[in-house]
Amino acid sequence: MLEKTLKTSLATALLGVSLLASALAQAETITVAIAANFTKTIEEVGAAWEAKTGHDVRFSFGPSGKLLAQIQNGAPFDGYFSADTRRPQILVDSGEALDFFVYAKGQLALYSEKLPVDENAETILANGDFRHLAMANPKAAPYGLAARQVLEKRGLYRMLRDEGRIVQGESISQAFQFAATGNAQLGFVALSQLRDPESPVKARGQVWMPPTEDYEPIQQGALVLTRSEHPEVVEDFMAFVQGREAAEIIQKFGYDTP
Amino acid sequence: MTLFGIPLDIHPIWLTLEVAALTTLALLIIGIPLAWWLARMQSRWRVLLEALVSLPLVLPPTVLGFYLIIALGPSGPVTEFLGLFGFEGQLTFNLMGLVIGSVIFSLPFMVQPMMSAFQALPEEVLDAARLMRAGFVDRFVNVILPLARQGLVVGSVLTFAHTVGEFGVVLMVGGNIEGETRLVSIAIFDHVESFEYEQAHLLSAIMVVFSLLTLVSVYLINRRLSARLG
Repeated sequence: MLEKTLKTSLATALLGVSLLASALAQAETITVAIAANFTKTIEEVGAAWEAKTGHDVRFSFGPSGKLLAQIQNGAPFDGYFSADTRRPQILVDSGEALDFFVYAKGQLALYSEKLPVDENAETILANGDFRHLAMANPKAAPYGLAARQVLEKRGLYRMLRDEGRIVQGESISQAFQFAATGNAQLGFVALSQLRDPESPVKARGQVWMPPTEDYEPIQQGALVLTRSEHPEVVEDFMAFVQGREAAEIIQKFGYDTP
Repeated sequence: MTLFGIPLDIHPIWLTLEVAALTTLALLIIGIPLAWWLARMQSRWRVLLEALVSLPLVLPPTVLGFYLIIALGPSGPVTEFLGLFGFEGQLTFNLMGLVIGSVIFSLPFMVQPMMSAFQALPEEVLDAARLMRAGFVDRFVNVILPLARQGLVVGSVLTFAHTVGEFGVVLMVGGNIEGETRLVSIAIFDHVESFEYEQAHLLSAIMVVFSLLTLVSVYLINRRLSARLG
């Protein structure tokens, strides 16, 4: 009796070990470069994918432009999530990737700690009742370009720029820091920065969403790099990103999904 | 303005030289007494103070810049403290902010060479000056500073050059306002980001040549002065 139980449990244990071993053999690790603005979102998406498939995904976060330069210079990434579609197109054109897809659409928001932008943003902008307006560099960042378009539509951009009232961050994160610390009275930021569950400014300030037709869509493109040594695994991750479960996470963080 | 057939906005160059000059001046005023005090200090706290002065060497510029915009912001401790004396206005996104940021960032470049110079002063000469009943200011201006000139010159040149080359802190504290706080390093970044490589190359070339000349002059001064002192 005892012998039999021992035998059974030994067999079960062996089975368990072999199952685990085979799972380990199949689990692969992929490395994906991610535009900094998508950090929190992709971490949650990645965790969901890992739980479902047993694979591992490692992320390398950075500004889209710097990641692009790294990829062009041989960085060992399997995939790339840019904050725009211009840079993915460059990689497609140069044969580093076959194609890209839009994984999220960014939404521009005007944030102010003290000014009531939620009620009359248009008047505040037009009257210039502020000292500094923060935005991302329109040349470097898609959110900066969108902010410029919103201002241009109202005939305000040149005036504010010439008066030296526009302060530019290298990235949307820096524009956010300018506005969040009150150094700039208001700032064009990404809605995702305000929606971040850990964002310290969520409850403090006022938010206005400019009409989406006032700026070109902030489409964010992702791709699988042809240099990847785990193409199937990356493809599976990309498919997961485009699925319903991921879309819910992405929307929760303040993005639109295609 | 057009340089070598390339259209170039040269305002950032003037602004950069202005900020570097003001920073060097401010650091001479702050650095000389600070370096003297540290060089002569006997207390065991000296190690800690020296480490604090050197901290900007190891902190990433964006970290320093981030804490500076918090400290110098409208509700930051520095602004509130100055408010007690009737200060109104803003310390960030203007020339003032650029200089404050650069002073903090370049502090070790001024203080360290000066401290070494002060520490290397021959005690006999200082004692002689004291025995001749020269007052402290007299001794300091006529004996100590001339003897420590190598440290002063090297510190000033390094501070100036380091300020010219800074990017992270000044971008954060300055806000990249065209014609107001856009320095050369930030202008180069802008040109690269907008694929204006010709302008980026030209400005970078100017910067490389300038930095090289600066460093060559530091080494020349060092050699001459050491030869004369030795």
